[in-house]
Amino acid sequence: MLRTQKLGEADRIITILTRRNGRIRAVARGVRKTSSRIGARLEPFNHVDVQLYEGKSLDNVSQVETIDPIGGKIAGDYAKWTAGTVMLETAERLTSEEREPTVQQYALLVSGLRSMAGDEHAPTLILDAYLLRSLAVAGFSPSFDECARCGQPGPHKAFNIQAGGMMCPGCRPPGSAAPSPMTVALLGALLSGDWDTADQAAQRERTEASGLVAAFLQWHIERGLRSLPLVDRTWTNHAHVQNL
Amino acid sequence: MYEGAVQELIDELGRLPGVGPKSAQRIAFHLLAADQADVQRLVDALHHVKERVSFCQTCGNIAESEQCRICTDPKRDASVLCVVEEPKDVVAIERTREFRGRYHVLGGSINPIEGVGPEDLRIRELLGRLSDGSILEVILATDPNLEGEATATYLARTISPLGVSVSRLASGLPVGGDLEYADEVTLGRAFEGRRRIESG
Repeated sequence: MLRTQKLGEADRIITILTRRNGRIRAVARGVRKTSSRIGARLEPFNHVDVQLYEGKSLDNVSQVETIDPIGGKIAGDYAKWTAGTVMLETAERLTSEEREPTVQQYALLVSGLRSMAGDEHAPTLILDAYLLRSLAVAGFSPSFDECARCGQPGPHKAFNIQAGGMMCPGCRPPGSAAPSPMTVALLGALLSGDWDTADQAAQRERTEASGLVAAFLQWHIERGLRSLPLVDRTWTNHAHVQNL
Repeated sequence: MYEGAVQELIDELGRLPGVGPKSAQRIAFHLLAADQADVQRLVDALHHVKERVSFCQTCGNIAESEQCRICTDPKRDASVLCVVEEPKDVVAIERTREFRGRYHVLGGSINPIEGVGPEDLRIRELLGRLSDGSILEVILATDPNLEGEATATYLARTISPLGVSVSRLASGLPVGGDLEYADEVTLGRAFEGRRRIESG
């Protein structure tokens, strides 16, 4: 479940990302009434099995079964909820065509949200890893080792968003960022799923990496994400952050 | 399409929530056939609601003066505050006749995907009301959906350090229903919030 919007007196329009049929919008009738049996299942984040029947403009929801009630586990923690909401909005934006199968985006989102609900890593690390990988799946994979323009093996010092990653001294355009080598290592670890390295990263590198990931995301999806500025980054007291 | 004034009326009625083109047309023809006095009463009511009604400066509820009747009622318990999303939630809670404290209307819930953050709600005003120490308990009565839960989580985290007792409305089984028809999320909440029954 990606998003819900109120419709009329007691209905909702739901947006879901499906395994076989990509992103779909459908009408769920009467789900805002307290007597609805499916309203609680049709909440954002939830992993559900939905039966739809075709309508005039939008499909209609007829049955819903819960596979994993992820929403309840995430909404009880404000930092997880705000980070998770960015993941939902990103998934919606990166699947711009309705009913176009996007199995990889679907699998990435489900595993990311499960990891968030299960407290496997800090929410902002899971968010940044998800953003990098979903961009990669969408064809915008950043390069954190070899030069993004000429392919010269790294490590390099300059990072350029428009060029797509690290840049060698010969290709480096003016105005490129110069992140710390530890931050570049963290970004590479998040993209490749090296969680041992990512979990060990200090807060300074995490903050710098989040800034670069956000800038990279905004560049590629053009219109800014509404939820990104509202991410609560005060989760640093959690046990997952070891090197403050 | 109808002639000028009638079509204008249908168009305006059709902009109201829950009123489609067919309903707008039906209401417009009802008004055309109605007595002049009946229509004038409706016109006066619309004028008065825009002229007289505003939002209470203290709680954000609907009011016909600077403060609403609940904030000015000396019989209400000023030490307990119930936080709701919208003025219509105040009406719903008042219908229970169970709550004798006062209210604070947030004006919505935190909804990042729609760009609504804590700064867009009346949370600063709420913290201002809690600052003088006269309020001892805050009851969070935001909607029992995900945005409402997350807003309650945020408020609890913000208010608790002030030394004010914070509680959340219980969720669970509707009265008068059969257990077998409850969905698993609601039933799970009912188990979480179960209460001990003292032997009578």
